[in-house]
Amino acid sequence: MIALVDYGAGNLTSVKKALSALDYDYRVPAPAECVNAEGIIVPGVGHFAATVALEGPWRQAITAAIASGTPLLGICVGMQWLYAGSDEDADVPGLGAIAGRCALLPGDADWRLKIPHVGWNALEFQPGAERSRLLRGIESGAYVYFTHSYAGPVNADCVATATHAATFAAVVERDNVFGVQFHPEKSSDAGLQILRNFLAVCTDSAAAARGAAARGL
Amino acid sequence: MLSKRIIACMDVRDGQVVKGVRFQQLRYAGNPADLAERYNVEGIDEVVVLDITATLETRRALADTIHAVASRIFLPLTVGGGIRDEDTAAAAIDAGADKVSLNTAALKTPEIISTLARRYGSQAVIVAIDAKRRDDRYAVYVRSGTSDATCDAVEWAREAESRGAGEILLTSMDRDGTKAGFDCEMTAAVSDAVNIPVIASGGAGAFEHFTDVFTRGYADAALAASIFHYSEHSVSELKQYLHDQGLPIRL
Repeated sequence: MIALVDYGAGNLTSVKKALSALDYDYRVPAPAECVNAEGIIVPGVGHFAATVALEGPWRQAITAAIASGTPLLGICVGMQWLYAGSDEDADVPGLGAIAGRCALLPGDADWRLKIPHVGWNALEFQPGAERSRLLRGIESGAYVYFTHSYAGPVNADCVATATHAATFAAVVERDNVFGVQFHPEKSSDAGLQILRNFLAVCTDSAAAARGAAARGL
Repeated sequence: MLSKRIIACMDVRDGQVVKGVRFQQLRYAGNPADLAERYNVEGIDEVVVLDITATLETRRALADTIHAVASRIFLPLTVGGGIRDEDTAAAAIDAGADKVSLNTAALKTPEIISTLARRYGSQAVIVAIDAKRRDDRYAVYVRSGTSDATCDAVEWAREAESRGAGEILLTSMDRDGTKAGFDCEMTAAVSDAVNIPVIASGGAGAFEHFTDVFTRGYADAALAASIFHYSEHSVSELKQYLHDQGLPIRL
């Protein structure tokens, strides 16, 4: 079972439909119920300020789940929340699982590069992307669908970037914490493959945990 | 690099896709979910469902159509036609739309743009502008083209952006359904005036028309309906052609 975190930001419908199409069971639980989840997805569209609803019980539950090895996937604003924070609302702290802060993307009037960055852009794999569990079966240059104005910095946890007027983090991956700035649930076959990869990580992780429990570890 | 988007529009009436010429002479063109799936296989970048009846009786049918399309394809889905207030927008989004396209409602009550942008984010709010050339200006008409012009397209696009619109869908009423090509001058005028993406619509009849609107019209995306509906040209052939022309295209 995947826990889909509903913190009132935008709608979960498209992520639910994608999980259903991939034949994966999901729930929209209360924070305390996350402990039973095989994986957690923090979706998001809109404004970073909405993540203020993740303070308190959600932060505690998600922090505990990550520490126990549960895979976490942040999508769009959900990925931005993985960083320390975002300039979009400096008063709201992020989870801090990924280093750095999100900032407003620059545009470029001369090249007519507009903000928000809306549309299909190519993933550029970073060194180490071949070991990424989230990008299995995906090739560098694959197009995915973005719609955002803010983005995270390229750091050691970034396995793929994308470039508009500037280069930014498109995919981050650090142990069991994953983030995608684009919308896999809206990125056709490539997006569904990435979601499938995350679900496979969840299934494997849950099986490993059950195995460890059975051996009395 | 951000690619130029090719968007298929399905005008839906009573659960069926239809297409007219200059909003008249409707022909049936199939089931929306089946058509959307074909477009997805062919590599369409985005789909718009435009409810052209938009009466209260068909509202439920529209929600069913949105749900059916959104369950079959995993692409950005916009719903327009009859989004008159927050409730109708919420119904479309709850049924599976990612964006709503506002036309008459935004002209009548511009505050709805900011209301919806606050609730769902600007990325979910498209302002659709139907305009006709009048002398050297572009006059905005309300949908179905029966009422008088209300304002200037360039000024209205700027205002829509300032109120929180995430994209502009600009339709040339002079070209709609004619296959004579997009109105590139009008598209360029609006695209130059705003910092949000502009989707050009109305007049697509040949592959070259898309090259024109991306290069001379500075469109970020181009929308067409009949050129795709009857398999006259497949989406994949169009995208290969544009890619060969050196345009950034998702293949």
